[in-house]
Amino acid sequence: MRPPRDTLKNPQQELRIFRLRALLAVVVVLVLSGLLAGRLFYLQIVQHEVYSTRSEKNRVRVEPLPPTRGLIYDRNGELLAENRPTYNLTIVRERVDDLDRTLSLLVDLLDLPEDRVEAFRERSRQRQRPYQPALLMSDLSEQQIARLAVNRHRLPGVEVEAQLLRYYPDAKIMSHVLGYVGRINTEELQRVDSGNYAGTHFIGKTGVERFYEDTLHGQAGLRKVETNARGRVLRELGRTEPVPGENLTLTLDTGLQRLAVKLLDGRRGSIVAIAPKTGEILAMASVPGFDTNQFVTGIDVDSYRALQQDHDLPLFNRAIRGSYPAGSTIKPFMAITGLRDGEITPDDVIYDPGYYQLPNDSRRYHNWLRWGHGRVNLERALEVSNNTYFYSLAHKLGIDRIHASLSQFGFGHRVAADVYGQGAGLLPSREWKRARFDQPWYPGETLSVGIGQGYLQITPLQLAAATATLANRGHWVKPRLVHEIGDEPVPTDLPDTLPDVELEHPEWWKDVIAGMEDVLSGNEGTARRAGAGLEYRMAGKSGTAQVFSLGQDERYNADEIKERLRDHALFTAFAPVEDPQIAVSVIIENAGGGSHNAAGPARAMTDYWLLERDHGEIPPEGAVDDGEPEEQ
Amino acid sequence: MVDFLLRRAHPVKPPESGMSRKRSLWERIHLDPWLLGLLLTLMSAGLVVLYSAGGQSLHLVTAQALRFGVALAGMVIIAQFSPSTLQRWALPAYLVGMAMLVAVEVMGDMGMGAQRWLVIPGVIRFQPSEMMKLAVPMMVASWLSRRELPPRWQDLVVCAVLIGAPVLLIARQPDLGTSLLVAMAAVFVILLAGLSWRIIGLLGAMAAAALPLLWMNMHDYQRQRVLTFLDPESDPLGAGWNIIQSTTAIGSGGLWGKGWLHGTQSHLEFLPESHTDFIVAVLGEEFGLVGMLAFLMLYLLIVYRGLWLAGAAQETFGRLLAGSVILTFFIYVFVNIGMVSGILPVVGVPLPLVSYGGTSSVTLLAGFGILMAIHSHRRLLPR
Repeated sequence: MRPPRDTLKNPQQELRIFRLRALLAVVVVLVLSGLLAGRLFYLQIVQHEVYSTRSEKNRVRVEPLPPTRGLIYDRNGELLAENRPTYNLTIVRERVDDLDRTLSLLVDLLDLPEDRVEAFRERSRQRQRPYQPALLMSDLSEQQIARLAVNRHRLPGVEVEAQLLRYYPDAKIMSHVLGYVGRINTEELQRVDSGNYAGTHFIGKTGVERFYEDTLHGQAGLRKVETNARGRVLRELGRTEPVPGENLTLTLDTGLQRLAVKLLDGRRGSIVAIAPKTGEILAMASVPGFDTNQFVTGIDVDSYRALQQDHDLPLFNRAIRGSYPAGSTIKPFMAITGLRDGEITPDDVIYDPGYYQLPNDSRRYHNWLRWGHGRVNLERALEVSNNTYFYSLAHKLGIDRIHASLSQFGFGHRVAADVYGQGAGLLPSREWKRARFDQPWYPGETLSVGIGQGYLQITPLQLAAATATLANRGHWVKPRLVHEIGDEPVPTDLPDTLPDVELEHPEWWKDVIAGMEDVLSGNEGTARRAGAGLEYRMAGKSGTAQVFSLGQDERYNADEIKERLRDHALFTAFAPVEDPQIAVSVIIENAGGGSHNAAGPARAMTDYWLLERDHGEIPPEGAVDDGEPEEQ
Repeated sequence: MVDFLLRRAHPVKPPESGMSRKRSLWERIHLDPWLLGLLLTLMSAGLVVLYSAGGQSLHLVTAQALRFGVALAGMVIIAQFSPSTLQRWALPAYLVGMAMLVAVEVMGDMGMGAQRWLVIPGVIRFQPSEMMKLAVPMMVASWLSRRELPPRWQDLVVCAVLIGAPVLLIARQPDLGTSLLVAMAAVFVILLAGLSWRIIGLLGAMAAAALPLLWMNMHDYQRQRVLTFLDPESDPLGAGWNIIQSTTAIGSGGLWGKGWLHGTQSHLEFLPESHTDFIVAVLGEEFGLVGMLAFLMLYLLIVYRGLWLAGAAQETFGRLLAGSVILTFFIYVFVNIGMVSGILPVVGVPLPLVSYGGTSSVTLLAGFGILMAIHSHRRLLPR
């Protein structure tokens, strides 16, 4: 690498050469600098006018105009979601002389908590560009606005902006079904058309607000504005009006919904009511609920944590996501399955000694009545909710046919057309068990499913939908929540509706329904107390869902077990029998037996809908435990 | 000025002034107060402009100041080494740089991306090509300083290999701008070494002939930049946008400018990248021609002082390297202002010590560290 230092190397000459070249470099540098200076002179002096004008023209800006969100009404035109004008306090930092002084003045004037100021500082750091207002406080009170107006001259750069804010008058009773809007987050921004949401701050998060987001939101408009050098709008040059979101009229009846929430008051549970002929969801309550209005402006951390950690799960929508064992409410559907598949006729009679045994198996599957119901046909099996009859039927049918038939009633499906976040429950099958547990299906498990226990899990919405199908004598109508969009009625023939359930002898529907009518009106009917004094014909079926499985020959008293381990009470019904107007499912968690605890609320719902609706009077609660043995 | 540059050529004056015995504080810490003062002035002024250009983000300014601090520390450290040490480093630095460039090439093929090669998360993002901006001229200066000057054809062949290999690798990354700057820094060394005008003319003619070849090997976006430069109005919303907006910003600044923080072009988001490569537009808009010329003058003073220091160096290696460093610095300034004001095509060259960004500041100040080392170690060399 190192070359030999040859004698020809002459430091003095090298230095001379370098200095000459350096001198040349200085000349070149000066020439190039002169070129730059010349160019700058040309741009900034000679052409200044041209560029100045062009820079002025640059101050035309396009601003988005957010559309007004559509309103939501109930079926009677009662307003469920409205837009209230509110006032927000914003600050443009560039126009504030002394930010700290202004902030401390505002804290005094408006009695602001310190964390608001901190949040503001954070927001103003994250601004996209100068002269963009940063939010200090939303939803100012009248008094605060007045105080600001008086002190306006002391507060340059502080502005009060009007904004429409979503408000739910009946937030507590409509919380889950209606859902709520909240501030758009980054994830949602990526999902929506960013141009259309450029000026929008809120987006539907759950419920109807979420499902019908596109309909409710509308189409954003825009306006071209000329701004001054400080970005302040001077005049408008043109505009495209936004198209407001469509108003929605729901199928819900606020009165019925209010009654449902009242019936569940203090409990945990759900009531869903459907008009069988049209599939209109009349009420869909999940209790406890919560105040959705808190979520619109942004709920504070403590309140949110309290809601999240509440053992009663107020944020959980039981009506569509709660999975419960069906208990005996599955029996009418099992009966239809047996009739359809030719395993029974209405007149077939079995003898119930109080238990059922599988062939070649010593294990006894008990009826809820220890000493048995004796001779039982289909109608009586439903009336007294006989387990033995349905054990026998389930065994004859086998899980494959049970799965196929219950599936036709909507179990295991997300049944409603326009309900956001539905759960599918669980309709077990041989394949499901293989995939889930890598185990074969055992005959004993079929018996459990036959009385609505075991792996089978349903949602209150599914139960109501299946009952509506039963009320329609097998005709399927897809449940839905929205009646009209704008002024246009939503078509009733919705896609993906399940096929009708058909019987070879259509008159057999009557036999099943007769058994259900006996539940409320028969001498032995499990819910005959709730059915006392009916002014119309009502068909129903009670159910008691075990929270945990009991071992063989084990008896227990609900009172002795902690409240949380008590059975869930279920009841499903429709009325009137000859011309069904309403199908209703009731599930009350840990309430005990269904006939005593859930039948009353179901009756109250049908009473209200058929008798009292127009009188506006809400009847008192009907469910009273009378201490009789409880069917399962 | 000639006189000024030449005066120091004579051997150190006899010790009657006492200067050579008693070294000043600045000499003991191996820094040049004039150059340091000018650099600090430039960086401070740069931070002021950056505050406005970056949307008045204090965060941006502190981050930049922090980088300056790191870069200055690097400069001071490098200044402590004698030129002979630096010369000994030339070959290892060059070889390490080449190894890293080859690694980048290989990793790039493996799909790990070429530009950000050496990453210590949160601390430094190091590009080997950045290091080569100093390592290549060091290598060439080291080689030539041992040869008889002015360089001859055979020297040129060696230099061509030394320069060509890294430049090609960088160009393949692809980073045409940096590869040209690296090549230019090395060419400055050769020119300062006294390459004869005949050869310069010949090579210049060959380069001109090679231009079409270069064009054919360009990536589409690189060609687009050149085309856009030739006619920015052809694509006013696409690639020409920056040039139209930046010339508008500068032009609308006029003689005195719109005032600090009052530029509308950059603040209203008409001008993208206003805090990095296009920061001159903010400068021109807010401080006008007066501000622009003040900055240009600051740069010229730095270049002048740098050349003066180079000319005062005793050893050929130091002289060549120092000259190349300072001329490259000027080329940065020229290319950046030229591109933003629309007389050069848009290439990714930052405005030295003003544009937001860490890597280039570190390289630049390391270069100034070398300059100061070369100057301040003169009298320690027994010659």
